[in-house]
Amino acid sequence: MKTTVKFRLNGRPTTIETDDDRRLLWVLRTDLDLTGTKYGCGSGFCGACTVLVDGKAVRSCQTPLRSLDGKEVVTIEGLSRDGQIHPLQQAFVDHGALQCGYCTPGMIMNATALLQQQPHPTREAIVQGMERNLCRCGAHQRIIAAIEDVSRGKGGAA
Amino acid sequence: MTTNKSGLDRRSFCRLVGGGIVVFVSVGPSALLSQERRRTYPEDLNAYLRIDENGLVTIFSGKIEMGQGVMTSQAQMAADELGVGLDSIRMVLGDTDVCPWDAGTWGSLTTRVFGPALRAAAAEARTVLTQLGAKQLGVAKDQVVVANGVVSVADDPSRKVTYGELAKGKQVSRLVDEKAVLRSVKEFKVMGLSPKRIDGLDKVTGHAKYAGDIRLPGMLYARILRPPAMGAKLKSADTSAAKSLPGVTVVEQGDLVAVLHAQPDAAAEGIGRVKAEWDVPKPEVDDTSISGYLLRKAPQPRVRSTKGDVAAARAAAGRVFESTYETPYHAHAPMEPHTAIAEFKDGKMTIWSSTQSPFGTRDVVAKELALDPKNVRVITPYVGGGFGGKGSGRQSAEAARLAQITGKPVQVAFTRPEEFFYDTFDPASIIKIASAVDKDGKITLWDYDTYYAGDRGTEIFYEIPNSAIRTYGSWGGGTPPLFPVGPWRAPGANMNIFAGESQVDIMAAAAGVDPLEFRLRNTPDPRMRSVLQAAAKQFGWKAAPGPSGQGRAVACGVDAGTYVALMASVKVDKASGKVTVDRVVCAQDMGIVVNPDGARMQMEGCVTMGLGYVFSEELKFKGAEILDHNFGTYRIPHFSQVPRIETVLVKNDEVLPQGGGEPGIVCMGAVMANAVFDATGARLFRLPMTPERVLAALKKGEKAASS
Ligand code: FES
Ligand code: FES
Repeated sequence: MKTTVKFRLNGRPTTIETDDDRRLLWVLRTDLDLTGTKYGCGSGFCGACTVLVDGKAVRSCQTPLRSLDGKEVVTIEGLSRDGQIHPLQQAFVDHGALQCGYCTPGMIMNATALLQQQPHPTREAIVQGMERNLCRCGAHQRIIAAIEDVSRGKGGAA
Repeated sequence: MTTNKSGLDRRSFCRLVGGGIVVFVSVGPSALLSQERRRTYPEDLNAYLRIDENGLVTIFSGKIEMGQGVMTSQAQMAADELGVGLDSIRMVLGDTDVCPWDAGTWGSLTTRVFGPALRAAAAEARTVLTQLGAKQLGVAKDQVVVANGVVSVADDPSRKVTYGELAKGKQVSRLVDEKAVLRSVKEFKVMGLSPKRIDGLDKVTGHAKYAGDIRLPGMLYARILRPPAMGAKLKSADTSAAKSLPGVTVVEQGDLVAVLHAQPDAAAEGIGRVKAEWDVPKPEVDDTSISGYLLRKAPQPRVRSTKGDVAAARAAAGRVFESTYETPYHAHAPMEPHTAIAEFKDGKMTIWSSTQSPFGTRDVVAKELALDPKNVRVITPYVGGGFGGKGSGRQSAEAARLAQITGKPVQVAFTRPEEFFYDTFDPASIIKIASAVDKDGKITLWDYDTYYAGDRGTEIFYEIPNSAIRTYGSWGGGTPPLFPVGPWRAPGANMNIFAGESQVDIMAAAAGVDPLEFRLRNTPDPRMRSVLQAAAKQFGWKAAPGPSGQGRAVACGVDAGTYVALMASVKVDKASGKVTVDRVVCAQDMGIVVNPDGARMQMEGCVTMGLGYVFSEELKFKGAEILDHNFGTYRIPHFSQVPRIETVLVKNDEVLPQGGGEPGIVCMGAVMANAVFDATGARLFRLPMTPERVLAALKKGEKAASS
């Protein structure tokens, strides 16, 4: 059914008129031209499509547009502030926590939510929190190290 | 007509990129020949680079970036030879209109084979700039020095001229066809260091463009009707329900049935509405019966090597160890599925494709659409993982065909189930080994038959007087046509080394010799000995014959010119059969290391990816129907499985840079099987080592012990 869905996207009010059954992933990538959010499996297994909705990590390939009315959505493109990249983004660069980079936006968004909920997680908690995000290149060890660094306040993050 | 020649001749290239100093290198066909022996390229150029009036250097390379870090390492090589900083380098990768011909990015060849050509081009550019600079400064060319993109008089550094000034208003084009003088290791300023990846910032901000991120005005997203099994024949397709969706375009041309729409999700909905009937071939075999099937269908063997007298050694041996090892089909499963977008305009087809082989893609598309290859351009944006699976894939040809039919730009992006269906799988394989060892713990016999794994990883690096190696079929061909198979990260070596290094462990245990000591006793090769010793030092190896109960193990091998030794420690839960890997040490001698941190990333990636084929990955199928459609059933490594990984680079500047993207993975099967044995005394001969198989092996061990 065509309806109007209003939400805040990367800090800006956004209005979309479309079929309210559509999944957020495709609306982001096609209608809104935000291609940083990736398709990896379309079924909730991989986390490549992870974005924040009201601060929580959600899989945009599973998120119907209608559920977003009045919500706050942040994608990888909205993570930088005032031209400064987010400490997690910086830590991923510093640690070389990426190879092909395809899983990276989803990893960073998931980690952002993780650190918002638990600013100082144990290594174990980081592993658990990231468990459902897949990386085929095998950047895992460095991804954990990058998140640990940021959680310890390195790279300017709280 | 297809052609293997470079997409562009030198004159048109210069016209296209504009003025400045352009250097081409043709280091003779040998380098390219070693990429693919069947072809010859008398007039092909191996590398180009251009210096513009701002002093910026653009490198044109047919090698693509799929995560392995060659964008950075190629830039480093060029920067050092040219005498400029890394920040003056721009990379143009995998664009068939402006990059030199290349077979494809695989086989850990970029640094090994393409590297010297690129370095030669850059070194020649430095020579040209030195000459121009000396002339401009009015001194002899041995009186100038170059650094940071500046030519200056050695005795009077205030007299200087920049590369940009030298290139300004010029149209210098140089061809290098002899061996250029490359910098020695001592002169390296950028090589040997680990600058941050130059693709890092793009990738963490979401700005990095992959093929699926290219947007063109008026583009359509296509979904194509797919068969339920390989070889299924379409009997009928009813597209009327799809056609009733607003905004769809339906294409029906023979076997090609596609629904296109300006929104990908609407195209998906449309294809879901197509009612199709198929003739599906009757399944003859599935994943449980595959080994017997493959053995029955095996082609005649090729004898790869023989030495001494195998029959006599067999007769003389007190005990002959005979084992059969099995591995299943594996999917590449890159996180980015195969994707392409094609635009057909004024007779020219342009395709942005996620491919490891832009030129191969160009030729395939040209052939399928009967276009002149000159009128097909393939551009390769960032590739989201390849691992050998992204050859000249069908998605590019499909997108091109649909673009031609509809007159609109068309994207074809595989869904995850399509990705699992159209993969060129790592072939299932069987390896049979008979071997023997004498009373001094020296191997006397190695009689080796490998089915479908090919010969990579079969080379013997132990001193064995009597040996024979035979291969039956390979990943490159000779496999029964169930579904396509192809190269998978270090193709064949994973299986061959799993088998070979498990077998060596079996003999070490039977001889009552510590497995590290056993290997050292049998290999005189100094490079192999040094990686083994380096791994042992980092690991803190405690010598004891297996099974020692420590749950630690070693395995070693040679791949892509690189020597590698792995040590690992594991815990085995005897109640559930679950194996937990605590720690892996990976030591490599890969010759000169261009980018140490980049090399370590690849080693860690190899170890991590390897956990998948060792413990969980096994393609399920019934006949030519693939039963795994997504990551829910085909389980690739997760965070919780990843052990502490420590990497050791064994310094060896005597050897040119060798491969780095694959060697680290080849020993994973053996080191883990050996570690499970060391922990429990149970030996697994089949991968993956699922909890059920570990439990079964434990039971068998108990039975053997009690009987
Ligand atoms: S694409 Fe959404 S979880 Fe994989
Ligand atoms: S970096 Fe390639 S999938 Fe994670």
